[in-house]
Amino acid sequence: MTMRLRMWVLALGGLGVAVLYVLACLNLPSFGGDRHPYGDRAVRAALARHTANTVSSVNFDQRALDTLGEESILFGSVLGTVVLLRQTRDEDRQQPEPARVAPSVRRYALFALPVTLLIGLYIVTHGQLSPGGGFQGGVVVATSLHLLYIAVDYRALERIRPLGMYEVADAAGEAAYVLVGAAALLTGWAFLGNFLPYGTFNTLSSGGTVPLLNAAIGVEVTAGVVVLLARFLDQAVEIASTDEEAEDPA
Amino acid sequence: MSAAPYVVAGWLFLMGCHGLATSRNLIHAVGCLAVCQSSTYVLLLAVGYRSGATAPVFSDIAPGSRPVVDPVVQALTLTDIVIGATVTALLLSLVVQVAKRHRTVDPDELSELRG
Amino acid sequence: MTGELPVLLGLLLVAAAGTGAVLVRDPVRQSFVLSLLGLSLATLFLLLQAPDVALSQLAVGSALTPLMVLLSVRKVRRKARSERREERE
Repeated sequence: MTMRLRMWVLALGGLGVAVLYVLACLNLPSFGGDRHPYGDRAVRAALARHTANTVSSVNFDQRALDTLGEESILFGSVLGTVVLLRQTRDEDRQQPEPARVAPSVRRYALFALPVTLLIGLYIVTHGQLSPGGGFQGGVVVATSLHLLYIAVDYRALERIRPLGMYEVADAAGEAAYVLVGAAALLTGWAFLGNFLPYGTFNTLSSGGTVPLLNAAIGVEVTAGVVVLLARFLDQAVEIASTDEEAEDPA
Repeated sequence: MSAAPYVVAGWLFLMGCHGLATSRNLIHAVGCLAVCQSSTYVLLLAVGYRSGATAPVFSDIAPGSRPVVDPVVQALTLTDIVIGATVTALLLSLVVQVAKRHRTVDPDELSELRG
Repeated sequence: MTGELPVLLGLLLVAAAGTGAVLVRDPVRQSFVLSLLGLSLATLFLLLQAPDVALSQLAVGSALTPLMVLLSVRKVRRKARSERREERE
């Protein structure tokens, strides 16, 4: 297909989408309107189950089955990336040279690492109370560990990152979510039903199964992101095909 | 004003599609797909917004004291952001594999290779 | 409607950053614009009263995605460079 023809097809498709989109938007509620029937019901249900953060209640209680689907996509993507970016037979590992880090960068990164780690853990554990939860906190915890790569070097990162453990933790997080869901079946609830006592509103143990499912997601996202970044770092820093020479400094 | 978020969401989607169709580098195309994705976030949150309302979190306000915005669309968006990142990772690892096997990341050269 | 002015500004910022991310053709530069898009989306979500989503977007959009793009570029370029060198020899 020539570039010219492609642009025509694109323009035609874009125009079609634009027309349909405008027609659809004409029937949408106007921005900032006061009518939110689903939202109002979700808020009522969340308060009835003593969960202060309504968004977490929707994710881990009212629509917990959707989240199981979402985290299966996450699990599948991590699995696919691990398979695609593995070291093949015609590739070698090169040990990266320890690089010199400017002292100010090192000081700053070593100070920021524990602070970021702590913030990440706080975000995970307070998901049912304040904005946050396993999805967001998991990403923060996983990226905070990589400050060690900036502060020291790649080998230091590899020492605190037993990759096999993180791969197991990823699967364990997924399994824990399903097991908590199945435990509800044993007590006579529906799958992923909120079978635990709801606790006191606005305390750490409130929300029934919400904190448990939230923690399972936190573990899975943390481990998944660490594994993903490790695979990309491996490919970019260490693994080289045998016909490839040592990298030039440019 | 009331149409602005919907216009921006549509604009982002069409821009992302334009980038996908004209991209000469698969890594750049994955970035354009991320722009397409972000249009859905803007659309969803715009649908759930309520003028003068606050966030749907009751740890610091008494329930019922103030109107809150729609939490359902927020829950949809927030999981999609994290899932979207891992799917981006999967696509990027496919690009790395393509570069290894075919020694190019230009989609036009790739279709020529296949003949 | 003066109360909605910050939202309007946030929307304009997002539209500009998104357009930039598509029009910048070099993946390395694009990853910086993508991180800018992530930041502006996080700001917009905060203005739309969605702190949960803003947090998620801040962690993913401004750090994780651009980092993975940069690492892929490095891998692909490294491969291409070593091949060009072979051809020269």
